[in-house]
Amino acid sequence: MGLESDLPDIPVLTTNVEKMVQWARRSSIWPVTFGLACCAIEMMAMSCSRYDIARFGAEVFRGSPRQSDLMIVAGRLSRKMAPALRRIYDQMPEPKWVISMGACASIGGVFDNYALVQGVDQVVPVDVYVPGCPPRPESLIYGIVQLQRKIDQQKLT
Amino acid sequence: MDPTALAALIQEAVPSARIELAPSIDQQITLYSHRDDVVAVAGTLRDHPQLRFALLVELTAVDLWPKEPRFEVLYLLVSIEHRLRLRWKVRLAGGDDARLSTVSSVWPAANWLEREVWDLFGIQFDRHPDPRRLLMPEDWEGYPLRKDYPVQINMAARTTEALQVTEEEFRASVEKDRLARR
Repeated sequence: MGLESDLPDIPVLTTNVEKMVQWARRSSIWPVTFGLACCAIEMMAMSCSRYDIARFGAEVFRGSPRQSDLMIVAGRLSRKMAPALRRIYDQMPEPKWVISMGACASIGGVFDNYALVQGVDQVVPVDVYVPGCPPRPESLIYGIVQLQRKIDQQKLT
Repeated sequence: MDPTALAALIQEAVPSARIELAPSIDQQITLYSHRDDVVAVAGTLRDHPQLRFALLVELTAVDLWPKEPRFEVLYLLVSIEHRLRLRWKVRLAGGDDARLSTVSSVWPAANWLEREVWDLFGIQFDRHPDPRRLLMPEDWEGYPLRKDYPVQINMAARTTEALQVTEEEFRASVEKDRLARR
């Protein structure tokens, strides 16, 4: 049964600081509550019981950017919204990551016009792009798992 | 109400108005007037006891580019009292001449609608109480719903820089705040 049966005789685990920090960071990615369009509906579905992102430690959507590690840009970003998005990103404490969710956030999607930013990577640095229109919750969970892998490899400088 | 009777009513109340009936496919009364007497006609439409168009449902514009006169400003009105609907249009030329008087003194609902028309078509509303853009960013150049507007512009996204504070400034600010709270 679980970890208990594998416990060594001396109940101590050894690791190094870097590995432990990486483990801690990737196991508790807290996204900021920030939905821009229809992708946000899928993002909400992902955090609810059917898909249950709590299995990956990322279910705590914080109302304040100052308590968040991850920004999921869920939807199309208008040019008027771009300064606000950048501001929220700037308010998040380091280390922080960005997932660009869906076609509109990644490259503008079907909206090739004056009003929308053609890719949020013009405004914030993006770690993971999730394709789809909108992506299914499984896709976004996969994106978060990819981000966890990335965090796992980020060295402490 | 009969369209000609309605036109005659307005013509009688505002003698200078050049009311012109237009055919409409859906039986809704459609009329044009000249832009110089927009406010007078609007006041008549709202206050005349046989009309009482108290509700401004929509105020928008059409760009007929490259035809001239280029713009049509369109008012959709409802008279709740007499169960009437009216489609009222005003023709405007392009260029600097694309301006007319605001009707926000008659229907306060026109305030934001006229801001939207100004924002997207560049039609100026004289004596408007709050002539700012409504939908586009305040520093936007051009009027996106004009037919000759380049829709697929390739422009970098603009963001404002975050406030840059050095550590000393931050500490000084915190200290000042702490002292002020004493």
